[in-house]
Amino acid sequence: MAEVLVYVDHVDGAVRKPTLELLTLARRIGEPVAVALGAGAEATAATLAEHGAVKVLTADAPEFADYLVVPKVDALQAAYDAVSPAAVLVPSSAEGKEIAARLAVRIKSGIITDAIDLESGDEGPVATQSVFAAAFTTKSRITNGTPVITVKPNSAPVEAAPAAGAVEALAVSFSEQATGTKVTARTPRESTGRPELTEAAIVVSGGRGVNGAENFAIIEALADSLGAAVGASRAAVDAGWYPHSNQVGQTGKSVSPQLYIASGISGAIQHRAGMQTSKTIVAVNKDAEAPIFDLVDYGVVGDLFEVVPQLTDEVKSRKG
Amino acid sequence: MSLRIVVCVKYVPDATGDRHFAEDLTVDRDDVDGLLSELDEYAVEQALQIKEAADDEAEITVLTVGPDDAKDALRKALSMGADKAVHVEDDDLHGTDVMGTSLVLAKAIEKTGYDLVIAGMASTDGTMGVLPAILAERLGVPQVTLLSEVSVDGGVVKGRRDGDTASEQLEASLPAVVSVTDQSGEARYPSFKGIMAAKKKPVASLDLDDLDIDAEEVGLEGSWTKVDSAAERPARTAGTIVKDEGEGGKQLAEFLAGQKFI
Repeated sequence: MAEVLVYVDHVDGAVRKPTLELLTLARRIGEPVAVALGAGAEATAATLAEHGAVKVLTADAPEFADYLVVPKVDALQAAYDAVSPAAVLVPSSAEGKEIAARLAVRIKSGIITDAIDLESGDEGPVATQSVFAAAFTTKSRITNGTPVITVKPNSAPVEAAPAAGAVEALAVSFSEQATGTKVTARTPRESTGRPELTEAAIVVSGGRGVNGAENFAIIEALADSLGAAVGASRAAVDAGWYPHSNQVGQTGKSVSPQLYIASGISGAIQHRAGMQTSKTIVAVNKDAEAPIFDLVDYGVVGDLFEVVPQLTDEVKSRKG
Repeated sequence: MSLRIVVCVKYVPDATGDRHFAEDLTVDRDDVDGLLSELDEYAVEQALQIKEAADDEAEITVLTVGPDDAKDALRKALSMGADKAVHVEDDDLHGTDVMGTSLVLAKAIEKTGYDLVIAGMASTDGTMGVLPAILAERLGVPQVTLLSEVSVDGGVVKGRRDGDTASEQLEASLPAVVSVTDQSGEARYPSFKGIMAAKKKPVASLDLDDLDIDAEEVGLEGSWTKVDSAAERPARTAGTIVKDEGEGGKQLAEFLAGQKFI
C-alpha cells in the first residue's frame, strides 16, 4: 500500500489534535508515515503509533527553532525523497500551510489548502473544501506531481488504530535559504487553560454587544462551564476588548466546532466566513433582525447580559 | 540608495456580494463587483509607512495579475500613495491557480526589480495564505511573513509574527518577501489629492510573452489543481428562534442538553 507523509504538529513532543485527525484521513489513502521535527520529536512516536503511523521519521537541530519555516521545508523534503509518498498531508495552521506550499513548489506539485474532508479517488485523493464563506462546497484534486494537501482542524474524528510506529532518524541537509530568516526572540503565548480556538469542540464568542473588555468575563464564564474556547468578532478585537489571537472570521481564525455560540455578534459576512461550517450554531442577540439569526439552529432574541449568565448557571447546575 | 518596494495586490469579488462559480468552475467575476482585497490594503499601508520612514528614499510599485478590471485595484493603491503600477494581463491567464499565479508574479517582480516584496496575509477570495511563502521560495529570498509589525532599516527587515503558540521577533536581510496581517495598522483612505494624482501615475502592462512564460504553464489547463465539482451549500433549515422573556438562558440550556452538549 502506498505511503502517505503526515507532517506532525507538536509542542515539545505533545502531538496536537489536528495531526491525529490527519492520521485518520491518511489511512483512507495509504499507510501514514509521520514526520516529527524539533525538540521532543521522538517523544511523539508512541501517540502517533497508537493512531496509525507505521513509521515516524524524526529530526532535531537548532535550525528548526532558530530560523523561520525553511528548515522544516528542507526536512519534509528529505522525508519526501526518502519515502516517495503518494501524498503529503499537513495541518492547516499558518505555518503548516507555508511549509506545504514551499514543498509543493520544490517537488513541482499542485497544492490544496484548508480541506475539510479527504477521500480516495480513481485519480488520487479528492479534497472537499468549503469556499465563499461556506456558501459552496467544492471537490478538487491535484493533477500534477504528488498531492500536497493541508487539512483544517475538526475535519475528521481521532481514531485509535495501533501500528508499528517505528522511529527512524531522518537525515536532513539544510539548504542555503534555511538560515535566511532569523527568529531573534520568542515569547510563548500565555496559556489560558482553555482549549485552542481552532481545535475546540465548542466555541463561545462575543462581539460588539459585549460592550467592553471587562464584560468578556461573562463570555469566559460560559465557555468555562462548557469546557469551550473563547472567540471574538473583529469588532470586539478592534475595540481592544479581546486579543487578536482569538478573532474568528475572514481576517482571524476559521473555526469549525461541533457547537458555536455567538453572543452580541450581528453576523457580518466577514465573521460568517470564519464560523459558518460549525455543526450547530446558537446565537444570543437583542436585535431580532441580526443576520446571524439566518444561520442559527437555535437563537435567543434578548439581552446577552441576562441570557448568558442564566445559561451559564443552568449549564453548571445540570453538570452538577 | 533607493529602496525598491513591490506590493502584490489582488482584485477580488466583493465578499458582501453573491459570489459563485462560472460554468468552467472558475470564480464568476462578471456577476459581482470587484475591489482591491481588503487584506492587501494593509500591505500598501505598510509599504507607504516604510517609504515615509526612509524619508521617501523608496519607490513603491504595485503589481497585480488579473483581467482588465483589475486596474481598479491598482488605481486604489496608487491613490493611497504608491508610485507606479504593473498590470499583468493576458487572456491565457484565465483560471490560473496559485502555482501559476506565483510564477507570473515572481517573473514580474524580477523584471520590475526589487529589494522588498510586500503582500497581504491572504486574498479574501481564495484565502489560501500561501502566496508570500511561495514567492520567497521562487525568488530564493527570505520570507518574513504574517507580520503584525514591520520595519526596515539598513538593509534589514524586522517584524513580529504572532503565531498560535508564541509571538516571534523575526529578522532578515534584504531582498526579502514580507506579508502583513490586519493587525499591522489601519490602512489610510485615499485623499482627493491622492485620487487625482493617481490618474497621472504610470501603469505598465505586461503579458506572458514579456515574462517569457508559455501559455501552457498557466490558465485552467496549466493548473496543477482541478475543481471537479462545486455545489451550493443547501440552505440551512430555519432554526428555532425564541424571544427572551426571562427564561431565554434556561430555554437555550434545554436545547443544548437535547443536543447532548451538556
